[in-house]
Parts: sequence; C-alpha cells; structure tokens
Amino acid sequence: MHRRFFRDIFEWIRNKNSKTYENIIHGIFLILGLITVGCVLLITVYLIISGIPAIKEIGLFDFLFGKEWASTAGEPKYGILPFILTSIYGTAGAIIIGVPIGFFTAVYISKLSDKKIRSVMESAVNLLAGIPSVVYGLVGMLVLVPAIREIFNIPDGASLLAAIIVLAIMILPNIIKVSVTALDAVPKEYEDASLALGATDIETYFKVSVPAAKSGIAAAVVLGVGRAIGEAMAVMMVAGNVANMPSLFQSVRFLTTAVASEMAYSSPGSLQRNALFSIALVLFLFIMLINATLNFFLKRDKEK
Amino acid sequence: MNNKRKIYIGLMRVAMMLCTALTASLVLFLLGYVLIKGTPNITWELLSTKPSYLTERIGILPDILNTVYVVLATLVIVLPLGVGAAIYLTEYAKNKKLVGMIEYAAETLSGIPSIIYGLVGMLLFSNNFGTSLLAGSLTLVIMNLPTVMRTTQESLKTVPQSYREGAFGLGAGQWRVIRTVVLPGCVDGVVTGSILSVGRILGESAALLFTAGFAHALNGIFEGLTSPGATLTVALYVYAKEEGEFGVAFAIAAILMILTLIINLSATLVGKYYVKRRSV
Repeated sequence: MHRRFFRDIFEWIRNKNSKTYENIIHGIFLILGLITVGCVLLITVYLIISGIPAIKEIGLFDFLFGKEWASTAGEPKYGILPFILTSIYGTAGAIIIGVPIGFFTAVYISKLSDKKIRSVMESAVNLLAGIPSVVYGLVGMLVLVPAIREIFNIPDGASLLAAIIVLAIMILPNIIKVSVTALDAVPKEYEDASLALGATDIETYFKVSVPAAKSGIAAAVVLGVGRAIGEAMAVMMVAGNVANMPSLFQSVRFLTTAVASEMAYSSPGSLQRNALFSIALVLFLFIMLINATLNFFLKRDKEK
Repeated sequence: MNNKRKIYIGLMRVAMMLCTALTASLVLFLLGYVLIKGTPNITWELLSTKPSYLTERIGILPDILNTVYVVLATLVIVLPLGVGAAIYLTEYAKNKKLVGMIEYAAETLSGIPSIIYGLVGMLLFSNNFGTSLLAGSLTLVIMNLPTVMRTTQESLKTVPQSYREGAFGLGAGQWRVIRTVVLPGCVDGVVTGSILSVGRILGESAALLFTAGFAHALNGIFEGLTSPGATLTVALYVYAKEEGEFGVAFAIAAILMILTLIINLSATLVGKYYVKRRSV
C-alpha cells in the first residue's frame, strides 16, 4: 500500500516534469558528496568547542609548556609539555629507524627484484600494513619490553625506546608502499639515458631514479610521521604510560596515550576530562599541519 | 672503474639486501610468533562460549559476534554513502572548486588518527544514545568513508565515456544512465572498498574503546547493536593489558592474523579477477 503510494508519487513527478525528478536526484547525490566535508567540519568544530574550555581555565602557556601533569593529585597540574615532547621524540626516532630501512627496501622491490620476489615482498608488506595495532602492542609487550630490560639492564623495559621500535615497524609498510609507487613512476628513459652514459645499474637507481622520485618519497616520510604521531594502542601497551619528560629508557606517555589512558575514568564535565579534549585538539593541530605538508608534496608531484 | 665508485656500489647493494632481508624476516617473525603462540590456545570451548566468572572460563564468542555485527552495520551504512559521494564527484560535479574541496576533505579524514575518531564518536554518538556497537559503527563509518569513496571513484573512471554518451544519445536521463550504465561498472570498486574496510574495521581498537565499550555479553544482532560490546581487537587489548590473560590474547591475535591474511589474499584475487575481465 505504502510502496504503491510512493511509487505513484514518483511516477507523477517523473511524468509531470522529468526535470524536477532529475533535480531531486541530483540534490540527493550532492548531499552524499558533501558528507565528507560535513564530517571534517563536524570533527573540527567538536574538537575546538570541547578543547577550548580547559585551555582557558588552565591558561594556554601553562597548558602547553607546563612540565608536570598530575591530573588526579590534590593540587592538580595540567602541563602537557612531556606529552608533546614524547610524541615528537618518539616520531622522530621511528622515522630515523624506519625511513632508511623502508627506503632501501623500496628501491630493491621497485628496481632490483624479479617478478616473483616482488610479489612475495609486496604481500609481505601488505600483511605488515594489515596487522592490527593491538597485535603489534601484544608482541612488543612480550618480546621487545623484556628484551630491552635484559639488554640494557634496567628495572622496566616499557620505555620510549620500545615505543620507537614498535612505531618504526608500524610505519614501514606506508613508507615502502608509497616509495615503491613513486619509484615505479620514474620514466624508463631517464634510467636508459643514465645507463647509456656508462653508469652502473645501482648508480642509476640511486643517482637518477631516486632524485626523480623524491617528492613521492618525501610524501612517504610525511605519511609515516602522520601514522606514528597518531598511533595510540600499540604505544599504550609498550611505553609504560607514566607522564615523565621523555628519556630513552624511561616510561613515557604520548599525546595519544595521554588521551586514551585517562578517558575511561575521568568524570564527564570535570577539568580533567576537558583537559583530555584539549590534548586531542593539540594532536589534531599537529595532524592538520602534517596533512598540509603531505598535500604540498603530492601536489608538487602532480604538477611536474 | 675507480675504487670510490666500487665502494659506493657495493655499499648500496649491501644496504638494499640487508634492509629487504630485515623487512622480510620481520614479517616472518611476527607471523610465526603469533601463530605459534596463539593457535594452541584456540580451542572449541574458547570459540563457542562466553566468559563466566563462576567457572573462571574465558570465551570469545560474544567478541566474535560483536565484530561481525560491527562489520555488517558499518558496511550497510558506509557503502551507500561512499558510493553516492563517488558518483556525485564523477557524474554530477561540474564545479572544480567543489570537487577539490570534497577530495581535500576525504584526504583529511583518512589522515585523522583513530583515537581522535574515538573521542569525536564518543561526543557525537555515545553521549547521545549511549555507549553501543551502533555508536562504534557510526564512528567507523566516518573513518571508512574516504576508502569506499576512493575505490569507487577509481573504478568509475574506468567506465568508458562512450557508454554514457551512448545511453544519453538514446534519450536516457542522468539518473537512468547512472542506474543502468555507471552503477554496474563500479561493482569492482565497491567490492575492493568493502574488503579494505572490513580489514580496517577488524584492526580498529582506539576508535571503538570509548564508543562501543568493552562488555562481553552474548546478544542477537539488534540487541547487540544497541548495547555496549567489545570487538576482537578491543577484547585482545583488555585481556592483554588489563587482565594479563596472554594465552587468550595470543589466541585472538592468531585469529586476527589469519583473517588479515585472508583479507589481503581476497583483495589481490579480486583485483586480478577484474583486471582480467576488463582486458578480455
């Protein structure tokens, strides 16, 4: 009954004025197209609205550059400098370890490997990309953390170093995949010219192909930065989660884990919870900055 | 060839070999370690029961079901939205600025870390209708929207322009062209997008922790969607970090690893199948 009623209306609109009918459908698709824009706006607005109150109450300077975080103490302190520095050091460390490994692997996969090895390596990299972060966390917790404790002879292996190693492994697939795509796109003529001039294959790859693909490789690194700074669960399981100033062998807390670890027990509306939203806002600003950088490199690549 | 060049070539070759070997062995180690530690703990009892404090038994059936519910609910919502957005971009949009804006928004969405999705999902959904699998699914919808949109867009670009022109020439309206020519052509994009989304949903934990909670109740799908529940990844986190039940955690990790393998394999196969069919 209902269905027939609606069908009749549609038929009527269609017959009466097919332009209106097309316009309605156009409108529906326009709304669907604008959903992503709406989501971005919604996320931005919500984060700003919920992040500002605590910053106002604590004071921007005290919040960003305060060296102490003690949200549950009698006299609570809300300084997030330890988290900011930990996130920056942790990401930098992961990049320093992960990028060279990923870069050389990418050159090998793109230029030197034969078809069989290439397809095996590609599925290996895809698997690495698909492993859930909690699995990385679990393995890190039971293999890496005890290993660090034994090797460096410290009381607890859950440390910045453990987080850096886990993050370095987690960003590897991003770096390899994007670099391989960039290296594959280098025109064959460039390489042929170099080979014809007497350069060996390896010299050609590193002195011609790599510079030609440098925008794409830069994009890969920036993508790695984005993934490392945003990772929460794996880091939470291996970094120990104490709000110390960053030091390689000490338990530390990242921006992401600061949010995740206290969210469950902070009461809604309290300054503690609002401060967590402010931390998320700071993290969001970092990510937006990274996105803008990424877009810069990708655009430059396209224009060439 | 002078010595400097020889050393450079040798060094680079060794560096490449070492790094590739390191990456490969890392993957092998992770896969082997998790499977060896996990598979012995996968028992029928674990898979088919719910946790009980009385008998101190741990079962992950509720978590498996919750994962299935979340995957289904998310896909049901995200597919129409993502496909619609892609169709708008490739078939309707004339304004370059608007297209640029939508694509920029999609890129921004795919760069936002899941913990931020979790927070926003909590504010948007959980605070309004309670911590529940549905709130978690809606959060995941926003996360996976760019993926579905991009894969559909890619496949729409491969539908030959002449098909559309032919249909228009026969007097079809825009909507009829989309329904009869464009939509059938983007099936492969939708399938690939779904596979990628399922993989991402299976691996997601930070976005679900505060939106879907971590209960282990055994529910039917409608009851399940409106009540809090842990998916497999969240359950792994809780068992490993909060309860120290590493055996169960490794069992779940092994299951997730096998699912990841299956998903990657099917994505490759689907890709190959459609490339083959196109070239015929």
